[in-house]
Amino acid sequence: MPSLSFTAPTTVEEAVTLLASAAGSAKVLSGGTDLLVQLRSGRTRPELIIDAKRIPGLIGIREEADAFVIGAATPGAMLSACEPLIRAWPGVVEAVDLIGSTQIQGRASLAGNLCNASPAADSVPAIIAARTVCVIAGPQGRREAPAEAIPTGPGRTSLEKGEFIVEFRLPKPRPHEADAYLRFIPRTEMDIAVVGCGIAVMLDGTGVCRDARVILGAVAPTPILLPEAVEALVGHRLDEATLARLDAAAQRACRPITDKRGTIEFRTKVAGVLARRVAAIAFERAGER
Amino acid sequence: MSKHHVSTTINGESVEFLCEPQQTLLDVLRDELNLTGSKEGCASGDCGACSVIVDGRLCCSCLMLGAEAEGRRIQTIEGIADGDRLHPVQQKFLEHAALQCGFCTPGLIVAAKALLDENLNPSEEETRYWLAGNLCRCTGYDKVIRAVLDAAAVMRGEAAE
Repeated sequence: MPSLSFTAPTTVEEAVTLLASAAGSAKVLSGGTDLLVQLRSGRTRPELIIDAKRIPGLIGIREEADAFVIGAATPGAMLSACEPLIRAWPGVVEAVDLIGSTQIQGRASLAGNLCNASPAADSVPAIIAARTVCVIAGPQGRREAPAEAIPTGPGRTSLEKGEFIVEFRLPKPRPHEADAYLRFIPRTEMDIAVVGCGIAVMLDGTGVCRDARVILGAVAPTPILLPEAVEALVGHRLDEATLARLDAAAQRACRPITDKRGTIEFRTKVAGVLARRVAAIAFERAGER
Repeated sequence: MSKHHVSTTINGESVEFLCEPQQTLLDVLRDELNLTGSKEGCASGDCGACSVIVDGRLCCSCLMLGAEAEGRRIQTIEGIADGDRLHPVQQKFLEHAALQCGFCTPGLIVAAKALLDENLNPSEEETRYWLAGNLCRCTGYDKVIRAVLDAAAVMRGEAAE
């Protein structure tokens, strides 16, 4: 078995060079709440672990005029304590807060949740709904990609060799825009989503939806955007007819599997129910802004 | 395989150790430093028996590499009491008999201490959610919750020690 090395670079350039020049597989370590479990089980056998947390900016949240900039390795506990972020995108913070225990929240990061690429990752539908852009460093310099472009399948991402996410940019919500996230689990805490749903809506002054993003998690190999569900919402108030169209669109978009957490039929039904509930919260929040 | 030389602070004391890259902080605490109060239950971040406080944040020492400890401030169960004087959480665990086999107890006490560091007046609901990552398979949680809420009252000066 090849031996494992550990290094903790202090600049983005150093980290990119290490990642790009690694002979075997190299893994970026943020909170480690997935990586260390996979190391122990043997599911991943990297030759190099690169701890990103010593790089300035990788942990922390800064508010710019038009966006919140969240360091890739920022632990969930810091997001949950950031009042301006909670006011701007409550659904994002609620989704992050659903991940694991207090202990996990002390370490788990947005970059880890996104790049671990679990179809059921709670924060991912929520950050996609909030139009999050990932700032990616790599051998060719920096590039940006929307969060939805990162996961390509269970455990797989679109990041190229030598690339890693440095920070996330969440644009400030527009007037009358708000988000929400809910997941279904068969208990109240400490479980993995059977279905997750993130929705952001922008209303006009009269409560009619002008723009929307609807994302489902855990019903396909990656979180999925639902253009048909957006069509069901835009141009409408949230009345029973709109909810019924949203429910139907969510159910049609599902491509789930049957596993111990739920059957195809159950996940499909729950996707519609969750979409209704999440839309109701997002519309209510947007209406209050 | 090259070992890492790590300088860190554990329970207020400067500590240096050598570790292999794949060794977790829990491995280092137990096997290299003989701090065996932190327990290995699940080794996957589910049970909380290995809970420690790193730079003020509660985390599972089984989900952190020993090499990551460089320059950090770490608090373990061994550092919760002030010399011979028990922390109020420890004292109330004794008084409420909030344990049976005791395997989960170090993690529960460290987690409860981290809660009270942040919030001296947690509600019962907040306390139950905060401790949701600490599993006990013997006695259940009710006496634990009573002990933590009682310790909080002592620390606020509202109840007898």
